[in-house]
Amino acid sequence: MSAIFAAEHITKTFGRGRRQVQAVKDVSFTLAEGQVTTIVGESGSGKSTIARLVLGLMPVTSGKMIFQGKDVTHLKGRARAEYWRDVQAVFQDPFSSFNQFFTVGTLLSRSMRLVGGHVGRQRLAESLGYVGMDLSVLGRYPHQLSGGQRQRVMIARALMMRPKLLIADEATSMLDASLRVNILNVLTDLRDELGMTILFITHDIGQACYLADRVLVMEHGVMVEQGRTDQVIFNPQHEYTKRLLADVPKLHEALELEELHEIVEPS
Amino acid sequence: MGTLVDARNIRGVYYTGGKDVVAVDDVSVKIEEGEVLGLAGESGSGKTTLGSIISLIARPPLHVEQGSLEIDGKVQELGGDAKVPRTWRGAVVSMLPQGAMNSISPTKRIRHLVYDVMRSHDRKVSKDEALDRARERITTLGLPARVLDAYPHQLSGGMKQRTVTIISTLLNPRLLVADEPTSALDVSSQKILIEMLLEMLEKKIMSGVIFITHDLPVLRTVATNIAVMYEGRVVERGPTERMVDDPQHPYTQALMSSVLAPEPKYRKIRIEGMSSFDRSLFDAPAVIHR
Repeated sequence: MSAIFAAEHITKTFGRGRRQVQAVKDVSFTLAEGQVTTIVGESGSGKSTIARLVLGLMPVTSGKMIFQGKDVTHLKGRARAEYWRDVQAVFQDPFSSFNQFFTVGTLLSRSMRLVGGHVGRQRLAESLGYVGMDLSVLGRYPHQLSGGQRQRVMIARALMMRPKLLIADEATSMLDASLRVNILNVLTDLRDELGMTILFITHDIGQACYLADRVLVMEHGVMVEQGRTDQVIFNPQHEYTKRLLADVPKLHEALELEELHEIVEPS
Repeated sequence: MGTLVDARNIRGVYYTGGKDVVAVDDVSVKIEEGEVLGLAGESGSGKTTLGSIISLIARPPLHVEQGSLEIDGKVQELGGDAKVPRTWRGAVVSMLPQGAMNSISPTKRIRHLVYDVMRSHDRKVSKDEALDRARERITTLGLPARVLDAYPHQLSGGMKQRTVTIISTLLNPRLLVADEPTSALDVSSQKILIEMLLEMLEKKIMSGVIFITHDLPVLRTVATNIAVMYEGRVVERGPTERMVDDPQHPYTQALMSSVLAPEPKYRKIRIEGMSSFDRSLFDAPAVIHR
């Protein structure tokens, strides 16, 4: 399978001088067309920063990004709007990404206008169909929907652009486990039926295991391990990945707990 | 070991102006000395509401219509206009609310909060006494004493959560109600917090914990017993292993089956989640394991 997106040695630095923080350090990866690639890591590991860089929401400090053979590292104006037709995102919080005064219908048609398109009713129905909803949801206000329904509307919004690459940044983290599975199934269906490429960002290795074809592991801005899901999760090589996996609580076996160590303060 | 807490027939209703919402519907829970009771369920199932009623902090629009709470043989009526003695709150039952670690004043050092908490229960306590007690507690539980002099932003999420947990138990409550204490933490910090909670129980800083979370694998690690709530009722309750390995109530079964773990079998199967279950099955009678 060919790569639809490639990041080459991208670095992102925030701040300057002594307060400088390297959120992403010299990271390279490719996203294979029609696959789900997952980035896992703890809070502060730089995984969301990567999502923002790939989307072009902020500039990289150094490095290069290639989408479908074209350099997309520093897009501006119309070129960037065109890029956003192909690359769409769904974010973590389905409660704050809505304008609460708009109905779902208004919201969906507005977001299409942003990139200069016009939505046919058929396209709307199709997009909602993919996430298991129908046109009756268009007249509803956000507060009338559950968290899972809102997140599905957000995915439908992204799908209206018929993106080639969908980025889901912790898109299921705020949902109950029972709803979460439904959203993950929507994503696997999009991959299997439409051949969509998906970059799924999560701190939850259980979700990565269920969904991903490939897994990338981030620690403090560095990509420490990447490979096929089975390899990374069931036969991790890097120390950090091993520790991360050991700390994941499992449902059917007891987690090994340690005694607390007293910390001796250096005087 | 004896019974620590016996909460009986609790009914909590939100008076919302239009229609009343029954969030907790005639729930009884018992907690033994030294036990961690895990309270699980989806958003809106009433687990936080039950937690706040038991920790005596129910405030309008939430009204406790009936129920009583027995701790160490002393019975406290909760329903209607019953007055809860001020000394119970925080000192007998203490609540660690969800998101507490992000509610610390960003412009004050941690020791300021420590003194505030201690002073609100004991007017006469001196600053030094309060801080000595906190310092001793903090160091025996494996945190560096310097957290007392730190501002919240200087601590990591995991450290902040451990700090507020320690502060919430400074008065040695009999029962700690912890609402989603691990949900905002990454797995390694979760594990450390759980280890600390169990250590606190062992040291008898508190004698029982109600651990509220929607995260079932975390409960598997920390809880002695699990109670599953659905639409304001406890639908199943029993020893942790029994609950995760052999759940009996249809809702518990549905909940357990939607958990994803990094295990090989999840690579091959498709889980259908709640939508594949017939919701009417969930109205089945409650199952209580002895």
